[in-house]
Amino acid sequence: MEFGPYLMLAMLEGAVTAAVLALTAVGLSLVFGVMRVVNVAHGEFFMLGAVLAWWVASHVGGPPALGFIAALAIAPLAVGGLAALADMTILKRVNYDPERTIVATIGILYILQQLTLMTYGPEARPVEPPFNTRLALPWFEWGEGGFQLYWPWGLGTTSYKLFVIGAAAAVLVGVWVLMARTRIGLLMRATQLDREMALAFGIPVERVYAMVFGIGGALAALGAVLIVPIQQAHYLMGGDPLLLSFIVVIIGGLGSLPGTVAAAVLIGLSDGIISVFFSPTLAKILATLLVALVLVFRPQGLFGTGSK
Amino acid sequence: MSDRSKTFALHGGVLALLFALQFVLPAYHHGNLARIMVLASFAVGYNVMFGYTGLLSLGHALFFAAGMYGMGLAVHYGGAGPVVALLAGLVAAIAVSLLVGLLALRTAGVGFMIVTLMFAQAGYLTVLYFTTYTRGDEGLVLQQAQRMLGSLDLSQPGPRYFAALGLFAVCMLAVLWMVRAPFGKVLIAIRENEERARMLGYDVFRYKLAAVVISGTICGLAGAAYGLLFGYVGATFASVQYSIFPLLWVLLGGAGTVLGPFIGALFMFYLIDLSSSVTSAYMLVAGVALVLLTLFAPQGLVGELRERVWRWLP
Repeated sequence: MEFGPYLMLAMLEGAVTAAVLALTAVGLSLVFGVMRVVNVAHGEFFMLGAVLAWWVASHVGGPPALGFIAALAIAPLAVGGLAALADMTILKRVNYDPERTIVATIGILYILQQLTLMTYGPEARPVEPPFNTRLALPWFEWGEGGFQLYWPWGLGTTSYKLFVIGAAAAVLVGVWVLMARTRIGLLMRATQLDREMALAFGIPVERVYAMVFGIGGALAALGAVLIVPIQQAHYLMGGDPLLLSFIVVIIGGLGSLPGTVAAAVLIGLSDGIISVFFSPTLAKILATLLVALVLVFRPQGLFGTGSK
Repeated sequence: MSDRSKTFALHGGVLALLFALQFVLPAYHHGNLARIMVLASFAVGYNVMFGYTGLLSLGHALFFAAGMYGMGLAVHYGGAGPVVALLAGLVAAIAVSLLVGLLALRTAGVGFMIVTLMFAQAGYLTVLYFTTYTRGDEGLVLQQAQRMLGSLDLSQPGPRYFAALGLFAVCMLAVLWMVRAPFGKVLIAIRENEERARMLGYDVFRYKLAAVVISGTICGLAGAAYGLLFGYVGATFASVQYSIFPLLWVLLGGAGTVLGPFIGALFMFYLIDLSSSVTSAYMLVAGVALVLLTLFAPQGLVGELRERVWRWLP
């Protein structure tokens, strides 16, 4: 195959990664933005979403689409509820102290991960996609007959992958509408700007926090439900999304949602492309070091504006 | 008795007890205790930063592994003896901690935690990337002949226990001396109120950097000793888990106490040891312990003891 079609394929795969990553990272970013805490257990919410998706899909009979739709509805709700519960029972009690929260969420990480290992087991299990038509992609060529399209062998994607990209975009628009156009979003933004003042105006800050933590967890779970027909559900699958989300949130500027989405697209696409040229381990080393150095020398992120 | 003599009586007593225990313990617990003392030295190093300077690092596996690999590679490829190899491990740990300190100390709080976590992750991946030399997850096994310190065979339980006790005593007494010296008081002042320490004219950055290097050196020494005493150098020791463990031990035992790291390591080691005989998900214990500790006993065991009974405890 020529280079052009190859790059396009890498970018399509990258776009799927970027879509799921954007959902997961926006969840993390929302929690950091509003609550000013870092949730280290975020990757485990992602993992729980995938595992619950498998559980729901395998208990709902009928065509695969039915199980998938049920999983799409149930898994994020359940994980969101669990996250809100964790917020109310644990994070609230350490007063959202940044450092103690990190230690507590590391504890939650191990609890969720190990409980999954005890119940779900160490196997990786797939969920059947609701539809999976293979689509061949055209490529153009300047030949003797001028501009023409043709279908190179092996260049293709599946309808499901395109659906993942579309669904993630739709959810992100939904999050934006929620934050910018609804009363709940207004309360969240008010809490983010000034917690004390929000309290003084009678905003139930604790409930807002529980809700934000729940939405954050639900977004991660939603991303996982979308990806689980392509990857498989496994109890250790939370590590990579956590690391990548961290990278995205830091590059995008801590707490900035548009920056997070932009960084997710950038990282997702370049992840697809970089891993074509470098060994994945080397790519990860470089990405991790880059992020650490960004935090050291430009803590407001690459897209952030000035330090506050 | 003055506070000073009480302090020396208590810590000397603990060391004497550990010395005496080797003659009475059954083989299994004898081996465990040697391991715990090396791990406790790791925790003692971690405590210098977390407990006394107030710097919460999530990347101490990097220092442990730097010492361990500095030692292991020197033995495996350089044919070095234990003393030279330990020195190589120390040099590696000092270099790495100096570099990490210079960069990471530009951030504070949550930023510092994430940066140290990222550096440690990069270190872990580097170990995996150079699998040809480090053998990755499989690790390097040091032969008995490579672990002879003069006529002492460090692979034998007796000398091993003795070496572990020596290491732990050196680390603990060094930290005890440090926190009683003016230098340690400045670190505590920085932990309590960094701005005020700066106002008093202390170069806070330098003190913090010194704390990072001291902490990294002790952890590196523990890592090198662990590899030497137990004959194995593997990538697991560079993974996130080994950054979380010292935090857990110190939190459980009591941050900012000299004996806390040992008590924490002792409890957690046996807790995990007991639960791993029941289930493979033994890290569940670590998770539950972390959550319960942050909720109910942020001072840790020895810290609570100091709060309630022995106010003079260093």
